[in-house]
Amino acid sequence: MEMFFLLWLFFSVVELSPALPVSQEPPPAFRRHTDPTPQQSETPATVEMATGDLVPTHFPARRAAQVALHYLNVHHGSPFRVFGLQQVHKAMAEDVGTGGRKYSLDFSVTDFGSSGSVLRCSADVLFPRTERHSPPDVQLRCEELQQISSSPEEQAFYQKHIPPASAISAHDIPDSYGNISQDMKPFWHLARVAASFIMLRESSENTEYNMAQVANVTQQETSEKQLMLRYHVLLHDFVSQEIIHWKLLSSWSPDGGVRVLETEWQPKCPHATKPPTAN
Amino acid sequence: MRLYLAVFALLAAVHCEEIFNGDQVLRIHVESEDHIEALKELEEDVHSELDFWTHGFSIERPVDIRVPHTSLYAVKDFLRENNIHFTVMINNVQELLDRERAEMVSNAKMERKTKSFNFAAYHDLETIYSFMDTLVASQPNLISKVKIGSSYENRPMYALKFSTGGEKKPAIWIDAGIHAREWVSHASGVWIADRIATDFKENRAPVPSILSQMDIFLMIVANPDGYVFSHLTGRPFHRLWRKSRSVTSNPNCPGVDLNRNFDAEFGSPGASDDPCAEDYCGPSAQSEIEVKNIADFITSHGNFKSFMTLHAYSQLLMYPYGYSGTNAPHQPELHDVATQASRALNSWHGTVFKVGSIFHTIEQASGASVDWAYQRGIKYSFAFELRDKGEYGFLLPADQIVSTARETWLALKYIMQYVCDHPY
Repeated sequence: MEMFFLLWLFFSVVELSPALPVSQEPPPAFRRHTDPTPQQSETPATVEMATGDLVPTHFPARRAAQVALHYLNVHHGSPFRVFGLQQVHKAMAEDVGTGGRKYSLDFSVTDFGSSGSVLRCSADVLFPRTERHSPPDVQLRCEELQQISSSPEEQAFYQKHIPPASAISAHDIPDSYGNISQDMKPFWHLARVAASFIMLRESSENTEYNMAQVANVTQQETSEKQLMLRYHVLLHDFVSQEIIHWKLLSSWSPDGGVRVLETEWQPKCPHATKPPTAN
Repeated sequence: MRLYLAVFALLAAVHCEEIFNGDQVLRIHVESEDHIEALKELEEDVHSELDFWTHGFSIERPVDIRVPHTSLYAVKDFLRENNIHFTVMINNVQELLDRERAEMVSNAKMERKTKSFNFAAYHDLETIYSFMDTLVASQPNLISKVKIGSSYENRPMYALKFSTGGEKKPAIWIDAGIHAREWVSHASGVWIADRIATDFKENRAPVPSILSQMDIFLMIVANPDGYVFSHLTGRPFHRLWRKSRSVTSNPNCPGVDLNRNFDAEFGSPGASDDPCAEDYCGPSAQSEIEVKNIADFITSHGNFKSFMTLHAYSQLLMYPYGYSGTNAPHQPELHDVATQASRALNSWHGTVFKVGSIFHTIEQASGASVDWAYQRGIKYSFAFELRDKGEYGFLLPADQIVSTARETWLALKYIMQYVCDHPY
């Protein structure tokens, strides 16, 4: 319990790049009881995991690769291009001078946006060790990234949805049964790209984020030549198994790419049971 | 005999009348040459309209005769006069025919029901429970439904038992749905139950040979309350529910993570003690009735040789430990088995599953069912995380259910065969 209170003390408004203002405090990225680091373990296997060569199928390498994925989607995602981790080929980790840990990764990703193509990537992911959580730093290179082209689709999608009269609004994407209409898929992909801004920012060595569902999406009217979309997304942290709600406002155009303008964490509210009562 | 009856059934069906009402089938025990002479006499008497089902009389085997109702007394008197012993094999042929026909019709209906069950869809608890009944009724000689207890909200907890008989044969345990939102695990469980039944009926290897040596217990819904809750509405609050539905110390936060509630390093790092957490371990080990039911059942059975649990998502095939990174004593063998099983799985559709211990592959997890089973001496304990890798996550499209179930089945078959071949 003490750890929980300590973490609450570390709460603060996260410092962000100009593209990503936040209006409410995010949840602590870590509030479970876990062993702080594997360093105290007796077996050579776990000590080996902390630094040096990592087993590519084990979680430390995978978590770092997911962070690189979020970065890839932030910078190269679109309604028709969104990447998932295929596998990690090689990974290693080392402690760095400032107290953080740097992961060097060799991995492959799949584009499940439209092309289904596989890219080989390498990345350095630095998790800083600071008193307050700060986002990881990612350096990423992927082969043949520019050769993936979905421009005609992007243009058609943009033209179809930019007129104000066509503003869309939808909820539960996918629905309980995994259904998504073809029309909604690009909005689903855009949500994942926008959510990647948040997932990247919130990631640590003790999280593994994925987007579980789009609770709802509403297209906003705007004078700018951008698709303006207000999303309520649900993130799933595989480590804590928590479902974390975020609202965000994002814009997209074929030339401008995805930008996230506002994010707002939604507290876990058991509204379906009773309102909070004094204990 | 069945062939005769089938023919009679056909005749009866064709004639749409009860031709054989009151007819009996007598079994004659021939003990001497005199008996044989008497029987030959009977045979030559065409007026009696006796229908000999056995031809050629000898002392070595009994003779079966269908005797029309009208000739019954006369024939029986004759046999008694000649000291020929007989037993009434079929008391009323028509009755038997009627029963057989009804059974055939019912079986055909049951078969149609199980064949027409939509495996490529997610079903609610009631439908799954009704499917289980249908499956049992279609093969009652093989399958039974075992109630191992009730859930917190008093729903029955059932395991399907596949058994060719015997007392406490070594057994395999498979469960699905311990986490409510992982719908593809329940759906795969349904398909796999049907597949075990079909493979046995159609004598498809290796199921008959596995079942000749071992029993299989398959619990499709290990967390019925959570599953029902996840169906209440389409809202994420319901659909993405993970835990049980028990009342906790926090009235706003019901439910315990059943896979942190087993008595295996309970409460140690790898779970949360906050009732509002998704991986809340509960107030004490086995505090959850669902966990207690499973643990008690397996413990009192005492002869389980393998324990496998189906979850989603991530595409992983894992073995103990979850609570620590130390290698389990059988780690090399378990890793081998899991690796081969994942290859078998991959052969169906190319799906790649990663293999490793729970601790190393996912994260530290205490109170996990697989650790508990392993520590109870059930060596071949595995945890599956089925499709996918996060694209749809918990909300896997229904059109992937059958493919997921098929590939999982290949891995399960490999492991079950291995367990069979490596008794301990």
